[in-house]
Amino acid sequence: MNIQYIGLESINGPIVFIKTPKNVSFNEQVEIILQNGETRIGNVISMDENVTAIEVYEGTNGINLEGTKTIFKGKPLSIKLSVDMLGRVFDGTGKPIDGLGNIVSNIERDVNGSSINPVSREYPRNYIETGISSIDGLMTLIRGQKLPIFSGSGINHNELANKIIKDSNIGNEEKFAICFGLMGAEFETAEYFKNSLKENGTLQKVVMFQNLSNDPSIERLLTPKVTLTCAEYLAFDLGYNVLVILTDMTSYAESLREVSTLKGEIPSRKGYPGYLYSDLASIYERAGMIRGKEGSITEIPILTMPNDDISHPIPDLTGYITEGQIVLSRDLYQQGITPPVDILNSLSRLMKDGIGEKYTRKDHGKISDQIFASYSKAQDVRALAKVLGESDLDELDRKYLEFANQFEERFLKQGADERRTINQTLDLALEILNILPKEELNKL
Amino acid sequence: MEQKKVTKINGPVIVATGEEDIAMHDMVYIGKNKLMGEVIKLEGKSATIQVYEDTSGMHIGEEVISTGGPLSLTLGPGLIGSVFDGIQRPLKAIEEKVGSFIQKGIQVNSLDENKKWHFVPSVSVGDLVQYNSILGTVKETESITHKILYPNFEEGKIIEISQEGEYSTNDIIAKIQSKDGKIHDITMVQKWAVRKQRPYKKRLQANIPLITGQRVIDSIFPITKGGTAAIPGGFGTGKTVLQHQLAKWCDADIIVYIGCGERGNEMTEVLEDFPKLTDPRTGRPLMERTILIANTSNMPVAARETSIYTGITIAEYYRDMGYQVAIMADSTSRWAEALREISGRLEEMPAEEGYPSYLPSRLSEFYGRAGRTLNNNGTEGSVTIIGAVSPQGSDFSEPVTQNTRRFVHVFWGLDRGLAYSRHYPAIDWMISYSEYVSNLENWYEKNVEEDFLEYRGKIIKLLNEENELQEIAKVVGQSVLSDSKKLILETSKCIREGFLQQNAKSEIDTYVPLLKQYKMMKLLIDVYELADELVEKGIPMSTIKQIGFFAEYSRIKNEKSNIEMAKIDELEEKYINELNNIEEEYKDFFKKG
Repeated sequence: MNIQYIGLESINGPIVFIKTPKNVSFNEQVEIILQNGETRIGNVISMDENVTAIEVYEGTNGINLEGTKTIFKGKPLSIKLSVDMLGRVFDGTGKPIDGLGNIVSNIERDVNGSSINPVSREYPRNYIETGISSIDGLMTLIRGQKLPIFSGSGINHNELANKIIKDSNIGNEEKFAICFGLMGAEFETAEYFKNSLKENGTLQKVVMFQNLSNDPSIERLLTPKVTLTCAEYLAFDLGYNVLVILTDMTSYAESLREVSTLKGEIPSRKGYPGYLYSDLASIYERAGMIRGKEGSITEIPILTMPNDDISHPIPDLTGYITEGQIVLSRDLYQQGITPPVDILNSLSRLMKDGIGEKYTRKDHGKISDQIFASYSKAQDVRALAKVLGESDLDELDRKYLEFANQFEERFLKQGADERRTINQTLDLALEILNILPKEELNKL
Repeated sequence: MEQKKVTKINGPVIVATGEEDIAMHDMVYIGKNKLMGEVIKLEGKSATIQVYEDTSGMHIGEEVISTGGPLSLTLGPGLIGSVFDGIQRPLKAIEEKVGSFIQKGIQVNSLDENKKWHFVPSVSVGDLVQYNSILGTVKETESITHKILYPNFEEGKIIEISQEGEYSTNDIIAKIQSKDGKIHDITMVQKWAVRKQRPYKKRLQANIPLITGQRVIDSIFPITKGGTAAIPGGFGTGKTVLQHQLAKWCDADIIVYIGCGERGNEMTEVLEDFPKLTDPRTGRPLMERTILIANTSNMPVAARETSIYTGITIAEYYRDMGYQVAIMADSTSRWAEALREISGRLEEMPAEEGYPSYLPSRLSEFYGRAGRTLNNNGTEGSVTIIGAVSPQGSDFSEPVTQNTRRFVHVFWGLDRGLAYSRHYPAIDWMISYSEYVSNLENWYEKNVEEDFLEYRGKIIKLLNEENELQEIAKVVGQSVLSDSKKLILETSKCIREGFLQQNAKSEIDTYVPLLKQYKMMKLLIDVYELADELVEKGIPMSTIKQIGFFAEYSRIKNEKSNIEMAKIDELEEKYINELNNIEEEYKDFFKKG
């Protein structure tokens, strides 16, 4: 039986301080029992001989100093795992909230996970056909990849995420699962995803962990960890191909900053803690494939760039960890081009080894290189056209404009119910490239 | 004396207090899990320790055991082909021991103790040896002969040396008596403190290029053996691909590839690719000359900080055997951030952007360890450092890029705009530079062609002119430019697309010998200069364009295999002839007037 400690030293925001008891360990799971009998979970985040700091994931609202009891569980924060989690909804800490009762299982895992040994990884090469031309053709998603979506507030990134879930070919596989981590999501967003999953008939393949915007912000620190712990179990124990969607990573990073400031840590860029990179890496790097194991974890984190600024620490550090990024453009979105993928800013690093004769089509690499080169040139022409006026452009430049317009209208733009196979995508790309004279297509 | 005990835990940094006297940078083991740590600050009875492993589960009051010495590397045969983490633990052995996920507190030997090596002595009883004298050799891989170096600083006399035969790394292969009469047992391995530079006899001038087979590097911004280079670039600009290309093709004997805080999958790619690729010089798998250090972004931060030193110390060890070693550090920004993270945990006063004030001195110390040297045993070796920098938001004015720039001689700045248009390698010729060009003058004259640097100069001049013209064209459009300016634009386009761009994925283009690079430059410049004369004489640009040279040039790199260099000469003859013919035709035309 664990010992209960009565009383706290102080409370500061979501962190409580207690006189250091004997044998408490760093990163140990804590149960806090309020005077009214309610229990909350916490974690030891720093300690010295006198004081131990505990972050309380459900917030410190209603906790008083005198009568509160603290129990140290003697193990790191862990959750119970079972295949029955599919189709269920949990809060951001992993407690069921759909009224269907607790998960019964004797498998319990540390939510912090451990890092995959680089020599045990398998290099991802198997592409996922999403049915979206811009992604399949130009920033191909590979099974086991971590490919974030960089968006801005007000842009329809949720629709894009939903389209990927609905139309991607792994969605039809039997051993397929989605682990959904919602952090600081609006109620509407959560409902949107739930409803569309229901419509697609995939709800039974989804494990949802939701922390809404009105839930305690500190709870968000735990959400991606429990989501990924569940994904690791499904993928590497049970052999599922798991798609992990985490939205919105910006809310997560903000909570991290909040706690860091309260701990009195020295802030780094824009007030975020110096360990933001390591912390984000501990989340993103849990994606991948392992040699000799069947399953895979493909991660699509979604983040809204504050003020659409891609050099903000959150997208910046994310881009250095993930294998590329899909950037959405407000300009395209306002022109009604959806999904508004800003292809020049986007990239899939694993694409080069997952396309070509063996996987997609022989000419895939050349076509995508040519599209990038030509579209980038077309942007220069557009800038020139703004100065000179379109009528003063020479014929070649006018062809570039025509190319760019058709590319956006016909290739990028794709209706909610329009799914294109990889062949359709590449043929369409070739057709649009043929607007340009042959001499200009030196990459084909 | 009473051992120190843990009194404070804050992530990877802990404080231990107690009577026992321990030294700065001593390696310690902490608690029941025996986690490895290093003392980084001493204050009264308290020692601040950075822990190389996850501190979850550690208690207040756990014992700290000092090893009495600094964190040391195990240097000896078996290093090549290995994959280590930041503190030289072999990742393959860890996998065998605990499976696919790394656990904490694992104790494994850096080198395989059971493996037998074929030792051939090169000294005999009675010989005098000094620091780094070669005692014998071991064939470590098909292409690398490992020299067993005498590790002690004081001179000694050999009183026993093993015969040629199979020995494991623990076997004593020599007994050496130093002047004070003490007898030292020597094995094939030695320990060396990870943060301590290995001494050499003399620094030599860096005047031999490191040939990489990449045109923009070898011909335009060359690096020397023993040189230092930085590759700064925002995410997605192709730093890692360029580092991989250099690791694959550069003509160093040994490559130490440090994946410092980078992606796990990228290390896997290297691990899968390198054993399959062959070294163009030896025909052997590239893995036989490569040592990998992988401390990915989700592995402990303190080991990330150390991984850079682990890499360079191993490199210096092979340099001491007379090898040309190249280090690829990807990325030094992650290392700097590890410094910042630990500094923050120590509650040090931050300098620029939260980085500690000792960042510049650490960087200069690191890059200062590169160089071409004459070693104590008479061999000549070199350590070349090529460090990737990942500036936040692609902003080159941030502290790591700026400070790195002060200490390196070659700067290959990657540009996002170039990367967007799939111009790879995205080295921006307007901001990049190499300070070694004058050092290499003699070498190029002797080993390639006398006028190599002349052509290089002309290429750079054209690119600069193009840059200015582009600015004008942006405002007024290209059509109003004069014919000679149009010719410059046309030629520079060829330079960019046909020369600077190089496709890492193309079998022909991925590696280009220096002579072919020279011939490609010569072809373009010779044709340009003749065409320019013609334009000056009043022959219209449109006529010159008709010969089809500019369209064909961009394709040369893909079509002509590296062996058929004579074909480039043929092309040159053909086009020069055609231009001469045009001139003849126009002579008549002008005469008739």
